[in-house]
Formats: sequence, structure tokens, C-alpha cells
Amino acid sequence: MPKLRGLSRLLIVQARLFLREPLAVFFTLLMAPMLLVLMGFIFGNEPDPLLSGRGALDVGLPGYAAMVIGIVGLVASAVETSTRRETGVLRRFRASPLRPLTYIMADVTVYFGMTMLGVGLLFLLGTVAYGVRFGGNPGTVFVGVFLSTGAMLSLGYLLAGLAPNARVATLVGNVTLYPMLVLSGAVVPMQVMPEGVQSVARFIPLTHAVRLLRGLWTGDALSAHPVELAVLAGVMLAGTALAAWTFRWE
Amino acid sequence: MGYGSIMTEVANPELEPHAVQCERLVKRYGALTAVDEVSFDVRAGEIFGLVGPNGAGKTTTIECIEGFRKPDSGSVRVMGLDPQHDRYELRERMGVQFQSAALPPRIRVEEALSLFASFYRTSVDWRPLLVQLALADKQRAPLATLSGGQKQRVFIALALVNDPDIVFFDELTSGLDPQSRRSMWELVADIRERGKTVFLTTHFMEEAERLCDRVAIMDHGRLVALDSPRALIASLEAGRRVVFQVDGAFDDAALRALPGVTAVEQTGERVTVSGEGDRFLSSVAGSLESGGVAFRDLRTEQPNLEDVFLVLTGKKMRE
Repeated sequence: MPKLRGLSRLLIVQARLFLREPLAVFFTLLMAPMLLVLMGFIFGNEPDPLLSGRGALDVGLPGYAAMVIGIVGLVASAVETSTRRETGVLRRFRASPLRPLTYIMADVTVYFGMTMLGVGLLFLLGTVAYGVRFGGNPGTVFVGVFLSTGAMLSLGYLLAGLAPNARVATLVGNVTLYPMLVLSGAVVPMQVMPEGVQSVARFIPLTHAVRLLRGLWTGDALSAHPVELAVLAGVMLAGTALAAWTFRWE
Repeated sequence: MGYGSIMTEVANPELEPHAVQCERLVKRYGALTAVDEVSFDVRAGEIFGLVGPNGAGKTTTIECIEGFRKPDSGSVRVMGLDPQHDRYELRERMGVQFQSAALPPRIRVEEALSLFASFYRTSVDWRPLLVQLALADKQRAPLATLSGGQKQRVFIALALVNDPDIVFFDELTSGLDPQSRRSMWELVADIRERGKTVFLTTHFMEEAERLCDRVAIMDHGRLVALDSPRALIASLEAGRRVVFQVDGAFDDAALRALPGVTAVEQTGERVTVSGEGDRFLSSVAGSLESGGVAFRDLRTEQPNLEDVFLVLTGKKMRE
């Protein structure tokens, strides 16, 4: 397969480069577990009648997973890709026979892998150290994480393609992400939001990721979340098509 | 004259395959015509230089040849390939060093080389390449920790990792100190010795003169001259000059009477004597000595490519 030549080497190098970036490691692998520890310290995980008999961490943990997915998908990928374009890294790749699709496949795979690693670490810490109750099916949770990551990553790549430079990509990524984190219920429970905010939240892709992951975490079947699945799959397909269309080496 | 034999001409250029054929190349950006009907051929195995001031259209021309820009009209062939249509085949066989390109700052030198080597159908062992480029002790160093000259050598190594038939260098020595610049020149000459064609752009006329078998001079998107540096300089028909300083008044009659002297000019304390012939310098110096002239800072000047540019365009390179 001459078109995929270099893929395996590129996967290895991209993964190493990701793990050498302190900010990327912090936001992907460390921040959510730290948030979990902090919340565990403040609230504990005792069953609470206000949360229909579940603990604060039982409810919070799937939301923190969505937060990791949002940070990597929307900001980390967009910032790195646009920085590489701006500084001429992509230009250097372009001078070789490497195909754009091979580059994107390797890049996206590494972001997927790192997100899975971050979410996996979070789940492990929650269930082992804090006794967070997991009532779901690992397979369906994986599908939910995969779909959510795909949707957010395609948006990040689209942003990288549209932003004229790395500064704009960083700014737009962060300005979009932080309200999303609050409004989607990823870090603040949706129940405390006013009605108006809750109706706006429906139009935020991350909201659907949060709802889906929360539902799957407590044992919902995939078929219980047709709206969330449809929205995330739609965003992923449309975002991927648009991102491929707007991708530029320089 | 005595140096003529050093220039070894290709046995019969007409029979040699052309590495690059560029015919009536035109590239416009809006109202600006960056490259305006430029035509030239590059012979296989030569060092070909595209020279001219910044903004002359050199980079646009080289990027059209490499296939990274699409010409508005004209035709380009590189080793018989169409850089647009056959872009991946061309990328297999060419090496490129950009004026502005980068690698991720945390990538190690060895990672960059093994990564790029994996992109090609065939590649050379990059370890000897690092030794040749004096980077062996930097093999495990992250790119961000290297000096400008070291980074430049990493990019040269990347340009050679696929054992290319033709190598493109765009402003290879810009931003380097004189010592690094000289070692780059040796490197480029060495690449040619290994049978590769070298196509470079530069705005350093001295670099073009020292390094290139033939140079094409560009100005405002047009080609204004194309030949070997020696032939271009010879075409000026300018002889040598002797320049010195005098204190106070100076009578130039004795100098004017010397055989071989064609002109004497005085501006303030500076005297410029133009002339030709093998005994030109010694006869000028002898005349000054025997006339008891108190001269200082005597030196000789020979025309160079800067003078060629000045004559062809009516302006200096560094304006």
C-alpha cells in the first residue's frame, strides 16, 4: 500500500511527541483525575437522596470524561494542527510522498488513543479508589466514548482548517470550549441550570456526549439514547467531511 | 585566461538529459506578475543557481518547479515529470530544503530522519548522512535545542534521505554566519560530486559565483541573464581596477601614459585606475613608487556578479 507508507512510523512518532508536550499530558491525562480527587475530597461519594440515591462522583465522573473528550477534540487537536501549519511543519511533510490522508489518519488515531487513555485512567481511578458505581456495559460505554471523541475531533480539525493562524484557532477553541463545559453539564449538573440555559444546551454537541455517557454509565442501553447517538454521529460525519475539505498543508 | 581549463564542460549538453525544463513560466498573484515568461533548462549533474534580489520571483519559480505552486501558464518538466500531474512520483525522486519550514520542536534528530525515510519507496541509511553533516553527536537531541546552522543541516539531511536525483535549496545560507555558510558551500559541492543535480536560489552573489556552474539572474519576475559566472563577468568586458588613497593633490598624467591603463578617476582622495593585461598591477605600482607618490590602502578590484547585475538592471543588488 504505497498510499499508507509511513503510517506506522508516523503513529509512533506522533504519540511520542504528544506525550512530550507537558500541557497536552496535563489536560488529557491528569486534569480529570485531579478534578475527581478534588470533588471526592469536598463531597465524598456517599449516596445522596437529591441525586436519586447516587453519590456526587457517580454522577460527576462521566461528565469529567466528556470534559477530556472536549479538551482534546476541540482545542488540543486544533491548536497543534494549526501551529504545525503556521510554523511550516506540514509544509515539510508535504515535500515528501506522504499522502494527506495518511497524515490525518495517524494524527486522529493518536488523539483517539490519548483520549481513551485519559478517560480510561479516570474510570480506573474512580472505580478503584473512590468506589464509583459502574452499572453499565463496558462495550456500550466504549461506543459512547468513541462516538463522542469522533464528533469533537472532527470539529477540532474543522476549526484548524478554518482558522487563519494558530492564535485564532487557540482563541476560538477555548472560547467555544469553556461555555460548552459549563452549559453541557459536564462539570456543573444540568439540574441546577435555569430553564433557558437547558434549552440552549440542546444545541451544544458536548451536551449530547455528557447525556449519552451518563446514561450508558448507569446501565442504559444504546437504544435508550437515539437523539444523542444521532446528533453525535451526524456531527462526526459532517465535521469529518468538512474538515477533509478544508484541510490545507499550508 | 589560465583558469579556463578548470571549467570542464559537459561533453555535449545537447545529448545530456535535462533535469529541469522550464518554458515561458508565468505565475500571477492578483495584479502582480511574480514570474513573467521565464524559460531555462537545467542540465543533469550541474549546480544551477537562480539569483536575484529579494522579491525577484526566485522562490515562486522554484516552488512551481517543485510542484507546490501551480503556474498560470507555461510548461515545467522535472526529469521528464509534470510537477502537478506526477507530484508523488516527483516527490519520491527530489530533495527539498525550504526557506521556511519546520519540524515539531520536541522531535529528536534520529526520529525525524527515520520518520521521513519511512515515507519513501527507497531511502538511504541516514546514520552516515548525520556523520557527514557533523550531526552524529546530535542524533538524540530534540530539534529545539539545535543552533540555526545545525537545524539547517538536519533539513539538508532530510532532503537527502531518499537519495534524490535532484535537490532544491531555497536560500540555503540565509541567516547563517560566514563560517557556517562556507561549510554549506562545501556540502553542496559534495552533493554534486555524488552525481546529483543541484538547483538553488540565493541573493548572495558571492555564493552563486563560488558555487554554481551556471546562474540565471532574475529581476522583477524576469530572467535577465543565463550563463556561467565566468562568462557573465567576461561579458562585461570590464578590466581590473586598482584603487588607492592619496593625500592632497595628485597628478595622474604618469598613470594615464602607462600601457594597459584605460581610465583614471579621482574622487577626493580616492583614485581608481582601470586597465587590463597581465602586468597592469605591477606597472601601476611601479609608476607610483618611481613618482614618489604617497599612496595608501592600495588594492585591486575585479568585476563580479554584483557588477553584472548592476550593468544588466541599472541598480545595485543591495538596494
